[in-house]
Amino acid sequence: MSDGTSEKAPLTPVLTKRWLSPQSWRLATYEKLEGYTAVRKALSGTPEQVVQMVKDAGLRGRGGAGFPSGVKWGFMPKDEEKPHYLVINADEGEPGTCKDIPLMMADPHALIEGCIIAAYAMRSHHCFIYIRGEALHPMRRLHAAVREAKHAGYLGRDILGSGFDLEITVHAGAGAYICGEETALLDSLEGRRGQPRLKPPFPAAAGLYAAPTTVNNVETIATVPSIINGGADWFRAMGTEKSPGPKIYSISGHVERPGQYEAPLGTTLRELLEMCGGMKNGIPLKFWTPGGSSTPLFTAEHLDVPLDFEGAAEAGSMLGTTAVQVFNETVSVPWAVMKWTQFYEHESCGKCTPCREGTFWLAQILERMVEGKGTEQDIDTLLDVCDNIGGRSFCALGDAAVSPIQSGIKYFRDEFLALCESNRPTATQQSQAEQAALGGAAADSQVAQPVGAQA
Amino acid sequence: MSTETPTFGEDTVAEAKELIARYPQSRSALLPLLHLVQSVQGFVSQEGIAFCAQQLGLSEAEVSAVATFYTMYKRKPCGEHLVSVCTNTLCAAMGGDAIYQKLQDHLGSEGAPLGHEEVAGTPGEPGSIMLEHAECLAACDLAPVLQVNYEYFDNQSEQSAVELVDALRRGDKPAPTRGAPLSDFKTVERRLAGLLPTDDDEFWSDVDGPSQAVETLRGAQLAADRGWTAPAAPEDVPLPEVEAK
Repeated sequence: MSDGTSEKAPLTPVLTKRWLSPQSWRLATYEKLEGYTAVRKALSGTPEQVVQMVKDAGLRGRGGAGFPSGVKWGFMPKDEEKPHYLVINADEGEPGTCKDIPLMMADPHALIEGCIIAAYAMRSHHCFIYIRGEALHPMRRLHAAVREAKHAGYLGRDILGSGFDLEITVHAGAGAYICGEETALLDSLEGRRGQPRLKPPFPAAAGLYAAPTTVNNVETIATVPSIINGGADWFRAMGTEKSPGPKIYSISGHVERPGQYEAPLGTTLRELLEMCGGMKNGIPLKFWTPGGSSTPLFTAEHLDVPLDFEGAAEAGSMLGTTAVQVFNETVSVPWAVMKWTQFYEHESCGKCTPCREGTFWLAQILERMVEGKGTEQDIDTLLDVCDNIGGRSFCALGDAAVSPIQSGIKYFRDEFLALCESNRPTATQQSQAEQAALGGAAADSQVAQPVGAQA
Repeated sequence: MSTETPTFGEDTVAEAKELIARYPQSRSALLPLLHLVQSVQGFVSQEGIAFCAQQLGLSEAEVSAVATFYTMYKRKPCGEHLVSVCTNTLCAAMGGDAIYQKLQDHLGSEGAPLGHEEVAGTPGEPGSIMLEHAECLAACDLAPVLQVNYEYFDNQSEQSAVELVDALRRGDKPAPTRGAPLSDFKTVERRLAGLLPTDDDEFWSDVDGPSQAVETLRGAQLAADRGWTAPAAPEDVPLPEVEAK
C-alpha cells in the first residue's frame, strides 16, 4: 500500500503492522507478511554490511537509554577467539512499560528474525532471550516461534545454506526488576543474584561468561528486519533526524482509550491524546511520565514536547521506554511518588549503600508525609537524600529512584507542603517556644518541635 | 553426583540434566532448576536447594543466596494457585490497591486479613490460594490487572476479582483474558523452567490462548481504520558498500 499523500501519517505501524492478522504469532502468518525475507538478504551480505546499514538507519536502543545500536554492535570484536553472545533483554518491568510483552505475544517471529540478523552481524552463534518470569504467555509464544523457526531452517546449523549457525535459548527470570540492567541480567543468566557489575569492562569486551556480549532490547531487535528490507532512508523518513524511526508509545491511565500506539519518534502527548480519545471523562491532566517511572514527571505544560530522545531530555526528563502513564487531577502527587519509591526500595538489589539505604529512608519519609505526619523539613531531607543517591549509586536504579521525587517536588511542592499543614506549630506554640528560648527556661524542649498531629 | 532424593525422583533428575544441557555453563541452569523444584513441591524447600546444589556442583549456600534474591521463588508452600495483584502506582490509582485490600479481607478471616504471600486454605490442596501484591506486571494499558499463576486477568474490579477467587476456591478454572487455559502454580512452574507440554495439541492449545486485547490492538486498528501507514518501503534496497578490512 503506498501513501500517495505527502502528509505524514500520525501512526506508522511497522512493528505493529501484523498484529491485527489472525494468529499473528504463527510462522505461516509471518511468512505471508514479508516474514523471514530480511534474514535472506542479510545473510547474502557480510556482517559489516549489516552493521553499517543499522548505523546508517540511526536506530537507537528502545530499552530506555537510546544508545545507537549499530555503534554498539560495532564494539564487538572481529575475531572469534572466544564465543560471542547476543542477549535479548526481555525483562520488561519498568513501571508503566508494556510494549515488549504485547510485541512478543503478537509477533514473536519479528524478534526471532531480528535475533538471527543481529547475531550474524556480531558473529554470535548462541543467543539468549532473557524474559521476565511473570511474562508467561509471551514466553510460550517465544518457545513456539523458536520451534517453528528451527523446523523451517531459520535456526540451527547452516541457516538457509549460508553456513551460519545459530541457537536461541529462551530463559525465564524469576522476579527482579534489577535484572533489566544489562550487567545484572548477565549475572542472573549466569545463575547468580542479579546484581550489576562494574563497567568497564563493558559487555562487548567481557559479558556473559566473560566473553564478548551485546545486550539489546526486544523492540530494538524486532525493528531490525524492517530496516534491512526498507533501508536507512526509508527508516529515516519517520521520526526526527537524531531519533529516527517508529516507536511504540504505550498509553495508560486516565485516558479514554489506553493502548499501544506506534507513531514516529517526536510525536507529542497532545497528538497521542487526540488519538486515544483524550482524558477520561474529561477530567483534566495533572502529571504524566514520558517513559516509565524512572523518567522525571511532566505536567500539562509539556503537552507539546516532542517525545524523542532529544526533546524529552531538553524538557528536563528522558524518553525512556515511551511508557506514557497519564494521571488526572484526582491523583495525589506525593502519594504517587511514595508508591514509586516503595517500588525502588523493594527492587534495590542491595549492592551499593546509597541506593540500598537511601531508597529505604526515602520511602519512610514519604510514607509519614502521606500519612500527614510530615514536616516542611522533610522536603529538604528528601531532596538531600536524593542528592546523595543520584549519580552516586552503582547503577542507574538509584538515579531512577530519585527522578519521581525530584520532579514531583519541582512541579508540585505545594502538594507536599499541604501535607505538612497540620503539623505546623500553632501561633501559641510558637510564641511559647520563643518565650521559653528567651527566658532560657525551656521546661519542655519538645514544644517547638512540630509533632505528629494527625490531620 | 546427580542422585535422586525422596522428593525429586529419576524423572526430575533427567529433566534437570536436559535443562543444564541447554547452557554453555551449567550454573546458568540454576534459575530454571529452582523453577523446576517449585513445580515438584510448590515452593523452594531446603531439600529443593540441596537438589539444585547437587545437580550443579554448587554449595547449598550458593543456591540459597540466589533463591532468596528473586521474588518468584516462594520459601513457604504456595497454594494451588498464586494470585498476584499489581499495586504499582498506575494500577493502584486505577483501583489495584482497592482490589488487593478487598481480596485480603475476602480471603482472610474476621479481623485478620490475608497477608502478602499467605495462603487461604491448606497449601497445595485444591482451591488453596496464595495472595501477593506484585510490582508492575507490564500490562498498564489494561489496568488494573492481576495474574493467576502468571496468566493475565485484565481490567479488573473489586467485584470481578472476588468472583475470580471464589471460582478458584470452588475448583473452577476461569479463562484468563490473555494466556493459556488456567492450570495451577506447579504446572506453570514447569513451563517457567523451560519444559513445555510434550503433547503437540496441548502445546499449541496453550500457545494459541488469547492475547489480542482491544487495548493491545488499538493503535494498529486506528491506523487501519484511518488508512494511516508507514511510508512505503522501496524494493530491493542494496546493503551498503563497506570497505574491505
